[in-house]
Amino acid sequence: MSEIRYWYEDLTPGRVFHLGSRTVTADEIIHFANEFDPQEFHLDAEAGKASILGGLSASGWHSCAMWMRMFYDNLLHHSSSEGSPGVDLIEWRKPVRAGDVLFGTTTVVDSRPLKSRPGIGLVRMQHTVTNQNGDVVMFMENPGMFRMRAEAAA
Amino acid sequence: MRMRELLYIGKPVVIGTYEFTADLIVEFAREFDPHFFHTDPELAKQSLFGGLCASGWHTSAVCMRLSVNSLQQEDEDLRRRGEPVAKNGPSPGVRDIKWHKAVYPGDTITFVNEIREKRDSSRKGFGLLVTFNTGTNQKGELVYSAQGAVFVERRPA
Repeated sequence: MSEIRYWYEDLTPGRVFHLGSRTVTADEIIHFANEFDPQEFHLDAEAGKASILGGLSASGWHSCAMWMRMFYDNLLHHSSSEGSPGVDLIEWRKPVRAGDVLFGTTTVVDSRPLKSRPGIGLVRMQHTVTNQNGDVVMFMENPGMFRMRAEAAA
Repeated sequence: MRMRELLYIGKPVVIGTYEFTADLIVEFAREFDPHFFHTDPELAKQSLFGGLCASGWHTSAVCMRLSVNSLQQEDEDLRRRGEPVAKNGPSPGVRDIKWHKAVYPGDTITFVNEIREKRDSSRKGFGLLVTFNTGTNQKGELVYSAQGAVFVERRPA
């Protein structure tokens, strides 16, 4: 745990966070797919070309996992995050390919204290991932649980 | 679409079980979701979850793996009987992922897939299946659910 810069109170509606960038490699696409999603269009360039995706493409769950790491490194790591109960929506809008550079942006939609868990608030966010061409490849909406500042929770 | 989807609509099918060991939980989390409650058993005790637990994305990824295993087994069975095998496409997305309860080291999760609906799609030659997945732990508690979708090849007209 690092020093906490973002508590529940800091995640105000409309606030935008940039999550940096990440380059996707063929090796990591294939490695993830071998373990979690061994469909041929995630494993083989030729099979990818012959599929709807039109080329070797990352598993959607791999895109989520790569995005999660960007979200963690650039926001959650510096926050009072206590995890998430789920994801309302994931749209895999375009294929994510080897060599793509992914950029993440998170926008706070709204927030409320959790009655069931004193000292914790739920923050709803929208997450957009774009590639180097400016295409949105993934869009998500999800709530996160964040601890309140100690003085507010007391 | 292939016969099996006609047969299975509305019928939940067990697609497999998976034991989440501490090593597997930490390995996934170090790479993709290094929250302290997914990577550090001692610090995790101070979290809302009360102990080390799996990243929700790990649970989702495992569910995907068991779905693919199950589909590939069915494809194999069809091929052995000399029946045509439809191509599975990718998925346009997922809704309502719920990590209902934490998945702790030693938990064995049983995953179920149900095909809920068939829809037309804008992809030529493909329809869309709407699916529902659940994961239940060894105590019978629901830990995971999600509504998925996948493109599946239509029978040639």
